[in-house]
Formats: sequence, C-alpha cells, structure tokens
Amino acid sequence: MIADAKQPELPDEQRIVITGIGLTAPNGNSYSDFREALLAGKSGVQDYEIRYFGKTFAGVCDFDERKHQTRKDRRRGTRAASAGIYCANETIIDSGIDWPNMDRSRVGIYVGVTEHGNVETENEVYEIKGFDYDTQYWSHHHNPRTVANNPAGEIALNMGIIGPHYTIGAACAAGNAGMIQGAQMLRLNECDVAIAGGVSESIHTFGIFAGFNSQGALARDGDPESASRPFDLNRQGIVVAEGGCLYTLERFSDAKKRNAKIYGELVGYAMNTDATDFVLPNPERQSACIHLALKKAGLVAEQIDIVSTHATGTTSGDLQECSGLRSVFGKSQKTYINNTKSFIGHSMGAAGAIELAGNLNSFTDGVCHATINVNELDPDCHLPGLVINEPREVGDVKYILNNSFGMLGINSVVIIGKI
Amino acid sequence: MSPADIREVILEILEDIAPDEDLTTLKDDIAFREQLELDSMDFLDIVMELRKRHRVQIPEEEYGELASMESTVKYLTPKMADI
Repeated sequence: MIADAKQPELPDEQRIVITGIGLTAPNGNSYSDFREALLAGKSGVQDYEIRYFGKTFAGVCDFDERKHQTRKDRRRGTRAASAGIYCANETIIDSGIDWPNMDRSRVGIYVGVTEHGNVETENEVYEIKGFDYDTQYWSHHHNPRTVANNPAGEIALNMGIIGPHYTIGAACAAGNAGMIQGAQMLRLNECDVAIAGGVSESIHTFGIFAGFNSQGALARDGDPESASRPFDLNRQGIVVAEGGCLYTLERFSDAKKRNAKIYGELVGYAMNTDATDFVLPNPERQSACIHLALKKAGLVAEQIDIVSTHATGTTSGDLQECSGLRSVFGKSQKTYINNTKSFIGHSMGAAGAIELAGNLNSFTDGVCHATINVNELDPDCHLPGLVINEPREVGDVKYILNNSFGMLGINSVVIIGKI
Repeated sequence: MSPADIREVILEILEDIAPDEDLTTLKDDIAFREQLELDSMDFLDIVMELRKRHRVQIPEEEYGELASMESTVKYLTPKMADI
C-alpha cells in the first residue's frame, strides 16, 4: 500500500505544463524519432576526431541547420546557438501556439549550458597561430559568439523574441535548471511562454575531451556504440555528446484556454549543492535533492514510476548516484530506473532536458526505455527497478523523476506528472 | 593584381560572408548596402579577410572607401598592385 503524501493544491495559474518539445539528439532530431531510437536500442555514438586530441568517440547530431537559419547567420553564430535555434523553432511549431500573433515581449528564453565560449576561443587561437599570434587577426565575431548569453540571444534574434533571454550556467545540471528557471518565470508572471531547456556544442572543443582524458574519465576504447556504458562493470568513462532540447512551458490555465496538447506537468523540482568537492559527487546531497523535489511535489518515493538517471559511465559517478537512489527508492516496488547516456553519451548542458524528453512518452505507451550496454552489471549498481538492455512494459506511468548533476557539486531534479 | 583580379577577390570574400545572396546581379556602381544585406560586422569581415588573405591593411578612417564594388576596386588597386 502506497502512502500518498499530500499533493499541493495550486491554482491553474501556478501550475506549469509542457506543451511543446523541440530536440536534437545524436540518435534523433524529433521527439518521436528520439523515442523510437531509444526503444529500438539505437545508439547515436560514433567515431570522432578533433584537432590536437585525435581519435575518440562522440555523440554527433545531424539536424538540418538550414531549416530555420540562413547560411550567413550560421556562419556568424555558434553551433550551440544553431542547435538552440533548431530546437526553439521546433518546440514552438510543436506547441501549436499562434506564433505570428504571439506577443513576443511575453516570451522568455532560458537555456541551460554547461559551458560556452570554449569552442569559439579555441577556434580563434588556432586561427591566429597561422599569423604568428598577431591579435589583429582575431575575429570581431569573437565577443558576440562567446558572451555567456549567446545561445539564448541568437534564438531571440532568429525568432524576434523580445522578452527576457539568458543562459543558465549550471554544469551538467543545466538542462533541468533551464526548465526550472522557465517555470519560475512563468509563476512570477514575467512571461506567458517560456522556451526552456538546454543545449551543448561541447564536442567541438578539444579541451573537453582532453580534460576528461586527463581526469581518467573519457571512454576511448572498443566500438563507439558500446562505449557509453553506465552501470556496467567494464565501464570506461564518459562519451561526450552535443545536442539540444527546448520545451515550451506554459501556465496550465493558458494551455487549457487554447486547448493545447500537454505532455506533462512540472509537479516538483529542486536544486541544491554538495559543497564538498570540485568533481566528485555526493550521494547524500543528491538524495537530499531528490527528497526536496518529492516534498515540493507532495509525493513519496513509491509514487515515482520512472527515474531517469544522470549516470555518465564513470565508476565514481555511477556508484554515488546508485547509492543515493538506493537510499530513496530502495524500498519502492514499482519504481523503474533507466539511463539515456548509454545511447547518446553525455550531452552536457542539454543532457537533463534531452533525457527527460526520451521518457515522457511513457505516459502514453506505458513503456520504460532501457539503459543499454550493460553486459555485466556492476553489483554495486544493482537497483531493483533498473531496466537493462531491453525496454520494459511497466503499465500506467504517472510520475517521472529526472536527475541531472554537475561539477562543483550542483544537483537538480525535476518531477513530471501525467495530466 | 589587376582591377579585374581585385574584383574577383572581393567577390570571393562576399560569397563567404554573404552566402545567401545572389552576387551575379551585383551592380558595381551601386553601394553594397543598397543591394545586399550587409551590416557593419560584414564590412569588418571584408577588412579582416583582405588582411588575412592578402595582407592588405585598411585604416579605419578609410573603411568608407569600401562602399561599392567600384569604389573598393579603385581604392585597392594601388594597394594590391604588387601582389
């Protein structure tokens, strides 16, 4: 018997729902294609080579940059913004909002990023190397490309949005953080529509690969498709990926008024901090974050049907997250657990938003996608509800909890409920 | 470089910085901005590309010489004569 906690009774004006999804992932450029790939066990990781670092693996996206952007704007801008522009246009189309008649001053853009500017700075340094490091050859495009708000600002330019726009720098918790920021701004009535989530261009900076490699945390051996293997005893580290996922968030009252399609409701969220280490996670603080999100949602652990894990395929990260999950969900008989990075690698600032999107259709089809590439489960990662290698029919799904954690001890959790 | 060669150089640069534009109908005696969607950052691109590709230095106070194809070629002809 599940002891339901008391659900908070919010007026419809304070309830935040998802009414649109635009995404690009290494194995799909739409919500439906991505879901299909996850259920089919299709990886998006491939062989990859980047200057200075050499051969490695990466999750590479193949969305059509030209679908919503001119060649000139693409040349002038950044890859992160290009992913953002694709996702932002797609999410608004998907939402069915009457965009030509939308008051663009009431639209806000909240884009989570792990980092921004590394790609563009590396490119410029590489370029002026050919001119003996003479800085008069340094591009005048460098500053607008590398300001921290770039991905959100380019979306605003592209779509004529004149409400608030900025990025949220939140390491690899950024995708969730973008959603949370969007929800908060809607509740504060600072906007009527929030385009919120995260993007990443990280595969285009050699520094990310070199940094993880120096840390002993980069997967480089074997086949690309099996390189990302969270929870597997023979895991070898992180596969870096690019991508983007932006949601259209609206107040439930507004969504009902226009009879919008609703993917789910953001019923709870939390962010907290470890304050214990630059890179090592802290399971107590992670579980505290989950408990806080559950409390805000008025839910207990046993009511969560699916947990989408953050696990990246590093030994420390996997074990710490499993330890935290065990402390929260260890007694839950009906909570299923999966992982998306096993398919696409770690899409950094986009990860939280993308990984949630891959699970949302469980509200409709009652299936929990798997975590793949688990040939030999690490005994320390054994969790009763872990869905390994094959998707599982789990029946009616009412609540999905999405973990996303990052360096400097940043933790984020969102809980989406079925409407 | 001859004036004709310089014109080709400028066209190549324009093809890169304004890839969505049709340059086949470009009129040399009409300002670039009246025919193409070019802003101040694009003109800086022209200056930068001339510097990078041909080591031509254009002082800021002379940027106005790059208004049209005709004025640009005329301005650059002595500067690029020995290239």
